[in-house]
Amino acid sequence: MYQLYFVLQARALTSQTAESDAIRFLVGTQSLKFDNQIHIIDFDDENNIISKSVLQHQAGEIWHISASPADKAVLTTCYNKSEMDAFGLGGVSDTSESRVVTCGAVWRMPPEWESGSHESPDDPHNSHNPQNLELLCHLDNSSHGNASCVLWEPMGDGKHVISLADNHALLWDLTESSTQATISSSATLEGKGQLKFTAGKWSPHHNCTQLATANDTAIRGWDLRTMSQIYCIENAHGQLVRDLDFNPNKQYYLASCGDDCKVKFWDVRNINEPVKTLEEHSHWVWSVRFNHSHDQLVLTGSSDSRVILSNMVSISSEPFGHLVDDDDLSDGEDNHQDEKTKEPLQDSIISTYEEHEDSVYAVEWSSADPWLFASLSYDGRLVINRVPRALKYHILL
Amino acid sequence: MDGDINATAPGTTPPDSDPARKRRVHGMLKLYYGLNEEGKTVDQAESMDPCDINGPHFDPEVYLNKLRRECSLGELMDQETCMVKQIRSLDSDMQTLVYENYNKFISATDTIRKMKNDFKKMEDEMDCLSTNMASITDFSARISGTLQDQHAQITKLSGVHTLLRKLQFLFELPARLNKCLELQAYAQAVSSHRRARCVLQQYSHMPSFRGIQDDCHAIMDKLAQELRQKFRDGGSSAKDLSECVELLLQLDEPAEELCDKFLSHAQSRLEADLLGLEAELRPPLSSGPTAVTDPYTGPARRLSVEPTAGSPTGPSSLNNPFLSPSSRTDILEFIDRGCNEFVSSLCLVIASYQELFVNRPQEGELASKNIPQMAIGKLHAFVDALATRYFSLVERRIQEEKSVGDNSLLVRALDRFHRRLQAVAKLLPGSAVPSQGTEIVVRAARERIKQYLAALQSFYLNSLTDVRQALAAPRLGGSSAGGGSHLGGSATGKDAPASLPELLSTLSASILNQIKSVLASVHLFTAKDITFSNKPYFKGEFCSHGVRESLVVNFIMFVCQSSRQFCESAGDRGGSTPPALLLLLSRLCLDYETSTITYILTLTDEQFLVQHHSPVTAVTALCGEAREAAQKLLNHYVKVQGLIISQMLRKSVETRDWVNTIEPRNVRAVMKRVVEDTTSIDVQVGLLYEEGVRKAHSSDSSKRTFSVYSSSRQQTRYAPSYTPSAPMDTNLLSNIHKLFSERVEIFSPVEFNKVSVLTGIIKISLKTFLECVRLRTFGRYGLQQIQVDCHYLQMYLWRFVSDENLVHFLLDEIVGSTAHRCLDPAPMEQSVIEVICERG
Repeated sequence: MYQLYFVLQARALTSQTAESDAIRFLVGTQSLKFDNQIHIIDFDDENNIISKSVLQHQAGEIWHISASPADKAVLTTCYNKSEMDAFGLGGVSDTSESRVVTCGAVWRMPPEWESGSHESPDDPHNSHNPQNLELLCHLDNSSHGNASCVLWEPMGDGKHVISLADNHALLWDLTESSTQATISSSATLEGKGQLKFTAGKWSPHHNCTQLATANDTAIRGWDLRTMSQIYCIENAHGQLVRDLDFNPNKQYYLASCGDDCKVKFWDVRNINEPVKTLEEHSHWVWSVRFNHSHDQLVLTGSSDSRVILSNMVSISSEPFGHLVDDDDLSDGEDNHQDEKTKEPLQDSIISTYEEHEDSVYAVEWSSADPWLFASLSYDGRLVINRVPRALKYHILL
Repeated sequence: MDGDINATAPGTTPPDSDPARKRRVHGMLKLYYGLNEEGKTVDQAESMDPCDINGPHFDPEVYLNKLRRECSLGELMDQETCMVKQIRSLDSDMQTLVYENYNKFISATDTIRKMKNDFKKMEDEMDCLSTNMASITDFSARISGTLQDQHAQITKLSGVHTLLRKLQFLFELPARLNKCLELQAYAQAVSSHRRARCVLQQYSHMPSFRGIQDDCHAIMDKLAQELRQKFRDGGSSAKDLSECVELLLQLDEPAEELCDKFLSHAQSRLEADLLGLEAELRPPLSSGPTAVTDPYTGPARRLSVEPTAGSPTGPSSLNNPFLSPSSRTDILEFIDRGCNEFVSSLCLVIASYQELFVNRPQEGELASKNIPQMAIGKLHAFVDALATRYFSLVERRIQEEKSVGDNSLLVRALDRFHRRLQAVAKLLPGSAVPSQGTEIVVRAARERIKQYLAALQSFYLNSLTDVRQALAAPRLGGSSAGGGSHLGGSATGKDAPASLPELLSTLSASILNQIKSVLASVHLFTAKDITFSNKPYFKGEFCSHGVRESLVVNFIMFVCQSSRQFCESAGDRGGSTPPALLLLLSRLCLDYETSTITYILTLTDEQFLVQHHSPVTAVTALCGEAREAAQKLLNHYVKVQGLIISQMLRKSVETRDWVNTIEPRNVRAVMKRVVEDTTSIDVQVGLLYEEGVRKAHSSDSSKRTFSVYSSSRQQTRYAPSYTPSAPMDTNLLSNIHKLFSERVEIFSPVEFNKVSVLTGIIKISLKTFLECVRLRTFGRYGLQQIQVDCHYLQMYLWRFVSDENLVHFLLDEIVGSTAHRCLDPAPMEQSVIEVICERG
């Protein structure tokens, strides 16, 4: 377990999706008073060294961050922009109508960032001369409201993103090296009251033609070709749905989490009942992630300051664990009988990580090493953990 | 008489003792004749001594030498005189003996001579006797010779006479039979015919006899016809009937046919009974009264015709005056009717049948036909067939007995049903009918238990609905905080909604009463005066498995499970279940755990003397179940109430524009509402749960200021944060702070007391507040408003929780987070906050 403190509060975390060699996470800070930063966290697995480089994100506090699956250097953020500054910080804001809006933008990391990056995180000079992100384009459309998150097309060429803004889902085409963004299609959620998307996920299945969104207690599926709703799980959670994730290996399986402290697993072909429900957290669950390679490993982060790693064997794409390899094992090992008795694996909590002191708003698997994950709590603490070795071998062998 | 003896005698014979001497003599005689029984030892002792004068090896030479050697002269002399004396006495003895023997011989000779004379005389007399006998024989032969002829004649005459009489009988037979037929003296007719039948058969080749025979046959056929008719009519008494059957049997009617006829005849009557019963089973037609009374006339008449029915309960008792004619007969009446009509008729049929065919003394050729065996077989089949139909009717009727109001009627009905079947058992020992009857009773009892369980369950659910309605009824006070005032005042007003404790006590009392009454009802099955109560099923399985497990335990489980369903089905949004109901049920379950379950089970065990043959559910397991349910309900209550307050807080935070808000002048209304609701929840919980323990707190908790963070700490935390190096320190500070405070479990299980429940609710609410605040951005006045609100909450909420530091900690976090999210963090003066809060 490795810990890393940031100076500022943080909510946004992603792994650098296009990077498959280095274990690298991106963290966006959230501060109203200072210039916000994007921290690039590198973890050297062999030497157990964490290194950090900082890029300035001066546009505002970062609520959501996501990295392009095609270009290592490209990322998007959702950030708050306070328009109060237009009238000065003088404290006479009660006379003017100040406004806080959330925007989305596509950025490129400066190519030189890696050169000065090998500093220790404790080095006080690490933020001395931070480089700025290069803005590629805004994903803005003022008529569509505040952006809550931006999603890259999974495994795509980095040409398509979806942004969720209030009750709109906007599909953008990025052209001319991502410097131009045009809305190719959009969908709007109609209904009573002020509807607002709280979370979303672009399905990696079906040729990336499906999107799942969450608003209030409902989960909806969208077909991106027609931009129409394909399913709707009303009251998926008792309270607000906070996050979604698709099982990377089973196309109809979806995980969701929310304010009712539950993590639910759905088969979208049968939306009446969740396939499985976990009730391990004692407060709202803010984030749920399937492991990219071994989808029985499910990571959840909650405002009870815990991160829980669960082993959902029964609904995973490898329900029988190492059944195929069993014969190989029995040749070499004498304890074949023991292996047999262990065979029907139960869904179980592998581990509960209590290193955080504040609410955990984001958890993320590394895109390079499937056995490594990071979690970020509000107080700015990033924790990198490994899947327990025993379990790793159990899954692998 | 030997010389030796004479010579030795004086040496051994004492001269003075005469008897001894005599014996000695006898002894020696015996010895001589080889009869040695006494003196054997002497003989052996003396045998070898040559000096023993009486011994067989006596040697005079040795003896003399010995004497001469050992004795003096004088002694020798004495010896000699002694010996002489002995010799003399021996001589005289001898003479006496000889003389006596001689005398006896003489008298014997005399006697023989006298006998000879007597025999001669006898011989003469015998000769005389033999001659006389010869003459008598001669005379007798002569007499019989003369009487020979006459005797033969007389014999012939008498033979003719009897023949004539027989012939006369034969000739008169048809007339006689006719007469008998006229007089209905069938028995006489049959016996007469039987006597003549063989003869007629034998001489049927003679025309005259043939005529007679034909006549007889015709008559007998007619007679048989009449008998059959009589038999078929069946109206005759049992005695008549039996006579009839007997006669028919004698008339060579096949017994099997008779049995069949008898049974089929009986069957038609019994079927009429069954049809009557079945008619009652049918749903009442529009003409209700007739449907009930009509079938009665038939059986009533028959019962009066057959006085032998001897039913203990007369049919008069059936006509229950309390029964309104339009309603259907109740089960007791039905069973009574079944018993009185069908079962008693059946018994009667069995009895008479057995008398007719089975128990009759068998005579003559009938015995060979093995009638009883055949008859019994037929009877069994007959009874079984009818009983099956009867049972199916009874079962249908029992199944219709759905209402659980009064069990005694059913039990009495079953008892009667069972009791009456015992009569069949007595009459027909091998029959399966009684055991089938017991089966029906057992099934009925089982069914009954199921019905009672269902009734209990529906009663429980209805009670819950009542409670729900009582809770939903509008309170007089109007305000939600008015719940407490009803505690005192609810007793006065009739229409006033009952308070929670009253509802609880009413609910639990009514459930308990219901259980008790059900137990009492079920207990009737095992009453002493009920015949089937001593069957093994009712002694064992019924008590332990039926009543205890199926009824009581299942009901308690049901209570627990249905209570739990409130936690699940209601959904997380609060749902349809009112929180007060959750609270009430949780208390109910807790009460069950502490006392009620034990009480109920003990009551059951005592009432039913349950002997546990099979493992039964333990009290502790049930208690655990109940406690789990109570815990779950209370947790859910906390969750629901917490959610209600959370939603208020969340709405209030989410819907406001915190950047452009005005300077706080008041505590926001939503905070007042939160405090109000918390107070009313406190009152509500306080009605059912004890206070619980809280940590000691300072006497002036409400006055605690936020200075800790709002002035000193917050200053250190946020004010210097404009310098680049400072944030590390503030983070460290807050982290150190958190290190020493315990992690707060938000949705954690609560204890069964008020303080714990309230703590849970407040935790949930404040944590929601915190998380919502973190998602917003605040202006200066936004922060100040939150400060005011938190101070207000602080003032009122501390008293509800077990550990006020918890409230402090969470409120600190809220204000701290707000300050973080503030564009222009300029906190309000503590004194101003206090003034605003005190103003309300």
